[in-house]
Amino acid sequence: MPEQTREKLLEVRDLHVVFGKGKKRFEAIKGVSFDIYQGETFGLVGESGSGKTTIGRTIIRINEATSGEIIYRGKRISGKLDKATDREIVRKIQMIFQDPMSSLNERAKVDYIVSEGLYNLKNFASEEERQRRVRKAMLDVGLPPEFATRFPHEFSGGQRQRIGVARVLVMQPELIIADEPISALDVSIRAQVLNLLSELQKDYGLTYLFIAHDLSIMRFITDRLAVIHKGIIVELAETEKLFRHPLHPYTKALLSAIPQPDPLTEKDKTAMVYDPSRHNYESSAPKWLEMEEGHFVLANEEESLVYRKELN
Amino acid sequence: MENDNILSVKNLEVKFNLRGQVLTAIRGISLDLYKGESLAIVGESGSGKSVFTKTFMGMLDQNGSVTAGEILYKGMDLAKFKSEKEWLRIRGKEIAMVFQDPMTSLNPLKPVGKQIQEALEMHQRLKGKAARKRTIEILNDVGIPLPEMRYKQYPHEFSGGMRQRAVIATAIACRPNILICDEPTTALDVTIQAQIIELLRGLQKKYDLTIVYITHDLGVVAKVAERIAVMYAGDIIEIGTCNEIFYHAQHPYTWALLSSLPQLGVKGELLYSIKGTPPNLFKEIKGDAFAPRNPKALNIDFLIRPPYFQVSPTHFAKTWLLDPRAPRIDPPGTIKRLQDKWKEIKPNA
Repeated sequence: MPEQTREKLLEVRDLHVVFGKGKKRFEAIKGVSFDIYQGETFGLVGESGSGKTTIGRTIIRINEATSGEIIYRGKRISGKLDKATDREIVRKIQMIFQDPMSSLNERAKVDYIVSEGLYNLKNFASEEERQRRVRKAMLDVGLPPEFATRFPHEFSGGQRQRIGVARVLVMQPELIIADEPISALDVSIRAQVLNLLSELQKDYGLTYLFIAHDLSIMRFITDRLAVIHKGIIVELAETEKLFRHPLHPYTKALLSAIPQPDPLTEKDKTAMVYDPSRHNYESSAPKWLEMEEGHFVLANEEESLVYRKELN
Repeated sequence: MENDNILSVKNLEVKFNLRGQVLTAIRGISLDLYKGESLAIVGESGSGKSVFTKTFMGMLDQNGSVTAGEILYKGMDLAKFKSEKEWLRIRGKEIAMVFQDPMTSLNPLKPVGKQIQEALEMHQRLKGKAARKRTIEILNDVGIPLPEMRYKQYPHEFSGGMRQRAVIATAIACRPNILICDEPTTALDVTIQAQIIELLRGLQKKYDLTIVYITHDLGVVAKVAERIAVMYAGDIIEIGTCNEIFYHAQHPYTWALLSSLPQLGVKGELLYSIKGTPPNLFKEIKGDAFAPRNPKALNIDFLIRPPYFQVSPTHFAKTWLLDPRAPRIDPPGTIKRLQDKWKEIKPNA
């Protein structure tokens, strides 16, 4: 990513999300901060229950932020918003969901599914304009516009995910949050959807927040990657840097667990196991430290010395 | 590796009746399963990999049936089995299955221990205390800590990984000879995925199991499989040892499947993706089923179904490219990189 284009599109500042009250209180996100720059693909990776989806859902305001701020183009978008900002954000930040089977309304035709966002915001001048935009979105995702009169059950998994992308595109968004968009799909179809997403990014200058647990896909698609564990980001770096010099033991464990399509190396590989008790955080609290340019890790004094040595 | 057949499939054909239309899900598969091996069956959804293995256990849906061929196991032809009573001798006891989703394969209303014990009481004539003792042993075997406490717990008290361990425990409870694992790790996280695979490999040694993995994840396959069978449109189009399939694949479909892996992709370039859709199995398929999606298909691919060509004593592929008269067609770039490794393994090949 060249320096001059590094304009911050989204900033997340010390985000906390708490579910439940009293005895059932559960802190899903425990103070997360990161920036997403214009035009990049930012990845959030972690195991189930780590809170990666909650972050995505909080940005798009499905979940409420308990404390902390989310700033979009310098404007605060968490908490109470005035009507105009609300409409603007709804249009500009859109989300692609994991399961194309359950995220599409079974009883609606594709035409309605794709234009639902337009109807909600009423931001089209005429019926003709709406149809033109639906048509364009369908063509963009590689579906024949004639399919608009069909129902979701008439489509295969890959085509259904294309509909999921089309209904997002029709809004002309700037930031797309993709929550495990391909994990429910077959290998060969995964490639098609990944290609589609990267082509659309080029054509429309889109910014992606990509949420997934599959690191092999993350390496292929993201520019920068944050590793999240139990509601805290433990490491953040440019994707290649992170893969080449992982520092945090959790990142290392995750990387060692990726299955490689290479039987010679794979057969005698043993996966590392991450044990959080290895950190000595009672006596010395961890801080968010920059170890090399753009490569951040959560570490205390002692660990940071070890990590620095590893890098040199 | 000794090639003692434990199960032998000959020319198997499976048809389904769907609203008056006939769908041919398995189009004449022959396969020998060797004792103690781990075989992976890979393919897209709808290629018939689950249906194929379900025939070993008589678990086809009501509207499906074996219409031709044999499944030979211990001198019996499983394809001829009619009644549930016959199948009960095989199912669980001789051949057992681990399903994809541990959420749906356990009964949510029964303690996990009871569910395993049930299998023991039914098949192994163990009762009461003895059955309970054995159940706790099995829980311990599949790496569930504190088995005595876990015995009494319900599935919802288990995490995803632990639940899959419990499912594996039910499957191995009756000491089956063959274990079929249908996408055993797809629903799990990467780190847990690795643990479950380790567990299955350990159990295979301990119980001398023959394991059939059904999966579309070629990364997992590289780790667990000794042999790989690639399925497309109800047929095994290529079969060979793990190294042969990864480093020396011959069928254009296997090339396409390998090329579309993001692990092998180059950043900034588009990933290889297979054009088109799998063939309609309601219609009769002429020639090579993959031909319509193969941009470099030969004319003969559309006319005559290719037979198996032998590449090595363990490696067979159904593609006309292996016919001596066929023109030379090079595999795509990503495959070439894999095949360079083949030269390192077999310098004189």
